[in-house]
Amino acid sequence: MTCFRLLAALGAGLLTMIGLPTSAATPTLTVYTYASFVSDWGPGPLIEPAFEAHCGCDLKFVGVEDGAALLGRLKLEGSRSSADVILGLDTSLVTEAQQTGLLEPHDLNLGAIDFALSWSDPVFIPYDFGYFGFVYDSEKLANPPTSLRALVNQPQGPRIIIQDPRTSTPGLGLLLWVRKIFGDNDMSAWAALSPRIVTVTKGWSEAYGLFLEGEAPMVLSYTTSPAYHRHVEQTDQYRVAMFEEGHYQQVEVAARLAHSAQPELAKDFLRFLLSDEVQAILPTSNWMLPAVHTEQALPEAFRDDELPRTSLSFEPSEVSTERRHWIKRWLTTLAR
Amino acid sequence: MNPAFNTPRRFGLWPGLIVALLLAVLIVGTLTAVGSASRPFSVAVTLFDPYFLQVVQFTVWQATLSTLISVILAIPVARAYARRPAFIGRGILITLMGLPVVMPVIVAVFGIVAVYGRSGLLNTVLKPAGLTLPLEIYGLTGILLAHTFFNLPLAVRLILPAWDQVTAENWRTASTLGMSSGQLFRFVEWPAISAFLPGVVVIVFLLCFTSFAVVLTLGGGPSATTIEVAIYQALRFEFDPGQAAILALTQLVLCVCSALLLIRWLRVLTPTPGRRNDPAIRPDTAARSGKLLDFSAILVCSVFVFAPIAALVLSGLRGPLVSVILDIGLWQAAARSLGIAVTATSLAGVMAFGLATTARFLTLERRKHQAKELMLLIGSMTLAFPPMVIGTGLFLIALRIDLVGSITLLMIATVNAVMVLPYLLRSISPGLISSGQQYQKLCAQLGLRGWQRFRRVDWPMIRRPAAFALALGGALSFGDMGVAALFDTTGHITLPVMLYHRMSAYRFDEAAVTALVLALMCVALFWLVDRGLSR
Amino acid sequence: MTFLKIDNLQFCLGDWQLQVCLQAKRGDCIALIGPSGAGKSTLLSLIAGFEQPDNGRIFVQEQRIDSLAPAARPVTMMFQENNLFNHLTLYQNIALGCHPGLKLTNDDCKLIEEALKATQLSSLRSRKPADVSGGERQRAALARCLCQKRPLLLLDEPFTGLDPRLRTEMHDLVDALRKNHGLTVIVVSHLPQEVARIADTLAFMHNGKIQEHGPTDETLAKPQSAELNEYLRFTGTG
Repeated sequence: MTCFRLLAALGAGLLTMIGLPTSAATPTLTVYTYASFVSDWGPGPLIEPAFEAHCGCDLKFVGVEDGAALLGRLKLEGSRSSADVILGLDTSLVTEAQQTGLLEPHDLNLGAIDFALSWSDPVFIPYDFGYFGFVYDSEKLANPPTSLRALVNQPQGPRIIIQDPRTSTPGLGLLLWVRKIFGDNDMSAWAALSPRIVTVTKGWSEAYGLFLEGEAPMVLSYTTSPAYHRHVEQTDQYRVAMFEEGHYQQVEVAARLAHSAQPELAKDFLRFLLSDEVQAILPTSNWMLPAVHTEQALPEAFRDDELPRTSLSFEPSEVSTERRHWIKRWLTTLAR
Repeated sequence: MNPAFNTPRRFGLWPGLIVALLLAVLIVGTLTAVGSASRPFSVAVTLFDPYFLQVVQFTVWQATLSTLISVILAIPVARAYARRPAFIGRGILITLMGLPVVMPVIVAVFGIVAVYGRSGLLNTVLKPAGLTLPLEIYGLTGILLAHTFFNLPLAVRLILPAWDQVTAENWRTASTLGMSSGQLFRFVEWPAISAFLPGVVVIVFLLCFTSFAVVLTLGGGPSATTIEVAIYQALRFEFDPGQAAILALTQLVLCVCSALLLIRWLRVLTPTPGRRNDPAIRPDTAARSGKLLDFSAILVCSVFVFAPIAALVLSGLRGPLVSVILDIGLWQAAARSLGIAVTATSLAGVMAFGLATTARFLTLERRKHQAKELMLLIGSMTLAFPPMVIGTGLFLIALRIDLVGSITLLMIATVNAVMVLPYLLRSISPGLISSGQQYQKLCAQLGLRGWQRFRRVDWPMIRRPAAFALALGGALSFGDMGVAALFDTTGHITLPVMLYHRMSAYRFDEAAVTALVLALMCVALFWLVDRGLSR
Repeated sequence: MTFLKIDNLQFCLGDWQLQVCLQAKRGDCIALIGPSGAGKSTLLSLIAGFEQPDNGRIFVQEQRIDSLAPAARPVTMMFQENNLFNHLTLYQNIALGCHPGLKLTNDDCKLIEEALKATQLSSLRSRKPADVSGGERQRAALARCLCQKRPLLLLDEPFTGLDPRLRTEMHDLVDALRKNHGLTVIVVSHLPQEVARIADTLAFMHNGKIQEHGPTDETLAKPQSAELNEYLRFTGTG
């Protein structure tokens, strides 16, 4: 390999990496969100042109690995961040997010909005929400457990795949769910469940992938997961086990940043998120339930009987203070 | 000492020193950047927390077991390949031995699950007979299985050149003495192998020690956690970069100590200038039992390696092939990945050469053998240093200089280069040093220096191992998911990131096709560089 | 009785062909000389069994050996270098001649002691090959050949890398061992005058064929062929 070939290779490599500069004429709104929101299959590519048409500005999404990493990134960047809006945190992280002091109240009048869930926060606005639930393969499991207690206390019950609460939002969701139902008996609940846990994965994708490969009949996911299979794959094979006690709720929120260079644009964007246009996109692109009731009904794939009647949650402040302690209890039980 | 011999030689110290300095700055710099972004914490609390001690213990234990299994099993397979130098498909098989380690880990893990999992191929085959596989893949067993899948073929490839070290006269003497196969191994082959073992053991141990995705997916639960996982959690979920920095440092220290211990304990013989292995003169090639043993070993190893890969190919072929392949975004992502891979590998190549040249200089001209080992160790240490810490640190530094955005891909390439450096260094330094031993005086006399020396003298000597290492590095960088995920690649994603996006969006069947394309391109890249450069 | 009989041995390597007939009596020492590429090492390899001839037969003590494995032939060979295994001591290297697995009987140990004494290596027995000189290494190889107790000894330029005085000593040693143990020796060398001292007969090889073979002094003094003449002139013997 001659000198020239080596240099050419290096040069070619560098060339493919230099991005082209964008025009600086129109104002730019930078939104930090998690990577799958802006992937080709997420809501990002659909929201971007819609908002740009609406505001006459340039909307730039910055995709960070996932929701929790989002907050981490914000903390790392601090006031130097170029973000105007942060989108994709969930309710278990809002207290910590507020404690950074980097966020600004949205200043929107939410009174007129027909929310699908009860909401009154001055800083965060919800754009979609969902419930955690155990998705199962109806061809492998004919009679899924009908409550969390049943799942935990059935020694011959189905085996499950779950995620690690330290690295995954659904994982944390399950932890909080168990805590909500069992309270101080959470450790014995986990001990009872432990033999049937096939594996604890790092994130949702690994767990769901293993489930689809047939490694376990049940996996911790969202109550909206079966909707995807019905809508896109035209199959009813995958369903969610509805638990009597209720399901733990996850609300995804967005907020403005205090040092944003475009506070009005940011406010506009937050308002835009609650519009019918965006709310109608969300179900089949983010596979979550829209936060606002829209004129359009939900697609058929989203069945009414998969909407939990009881919604469980902890106050964000409680999650923030107790989370580490509860995780430690989980660790102690399972790390034996 | 002749002064004329001395003066121009001082330049030989510079390349390695510069690179070593850059590496040190990178590591220290990123540690500092990450550490200073933290809140106050207690070192003692972190390090002596009983859970953390359990994590350390588990990390060391699984790494040791994995290394032992991989390396010990690799020896008979490598021997089989060495003894049978001319059967159909040998070249292809050996090249493909480099495959598992370059595949994206999560893709390979799915392949392993497809074969050994509860609903995997093996269990499906055994079910009608009412049997199940006696192993539970989630837990230590699964981790060991996956690690062996990745590292056994790599070890085979790294140990195979040992046979080139045995001289023709040794074979002939052995055949006159009437040595049996076992005696041949004991007196002729083992000394040659043991010269290569320290390098192989160190690399495999470090790989298993810092293993991440395998442990997280197949570990089965939090009792199977490695330090790397703890670092990830500290950085991402505890939002505690300071703790991450301390953990990273601990890992680094542990790895350095292990590496030093291993090198001291395993006998290190300086490899002599290698000749091509002339198999016709081995006395034990004709024996039928030997043939059976060899081909069984090769077959078992090949099946073990290719079964998960075949499973991946199958699941990819079952997916929406046409729609995924026709998506132009796929090929754009692939082109970006290729660009990064080329840059990263070239960078790593330059750095490795710098370090190796100085190591050679230190050992041959200054007779400072310890310094040489130190230099090689520095180059290898980036294996022990979590790329995510380097990535985060770089990101923070870039933030301060306000450079983020347009050079994201370049930063990914830099982190990849640093990750790939150890392989390259370990591959080319023995060859470079023996080239020096053989030709140092000749080159000095002919005035052969710098580029000319590299081109005419050194490159032919290190060509084959370098080709492998470059191919390995390129493919590793191409298929890397972890580093790319650290940076914002919105709008210009790499192929592995695209794979991950598909998985996150429920599109597992498309992801399977993407994984197939990714794996095929990794193989193609690996093949092209490996075969192309070793001609 | 003819000890060694090589009957029309043929070996082809591309265009080059070797064709040799040779005979030797027991206890003889044949010096095999000739230019590079003549086929001297190839001939030794054929006798030792490292190469297979295309045609012809080799007899040692009336027994045909050309189809036997190297270990089964009554032949032992010494190379120019790399005769020893670097990680074993000299003692162990020599002991390999008695048993390839180093399982030694009492008789074996006695034999090794004698070999050590004969080659004056008793004090160096625990050293490794890398820690002794070139001459000592070759002596150890000779000692191992002794332990193998095979009647035919082949030497492929074993002393080329040593200084002249050492070479003379080594040649004398080979001569002494030959006479004491009744060995038949074929030694290849580039220096006819040195090897002539210990050789009974001299064979000159050129282009794969033995052009001349006769008593040493006669052959050196009165070369029959032009090639030998020229060769001797170049090596300063003629």
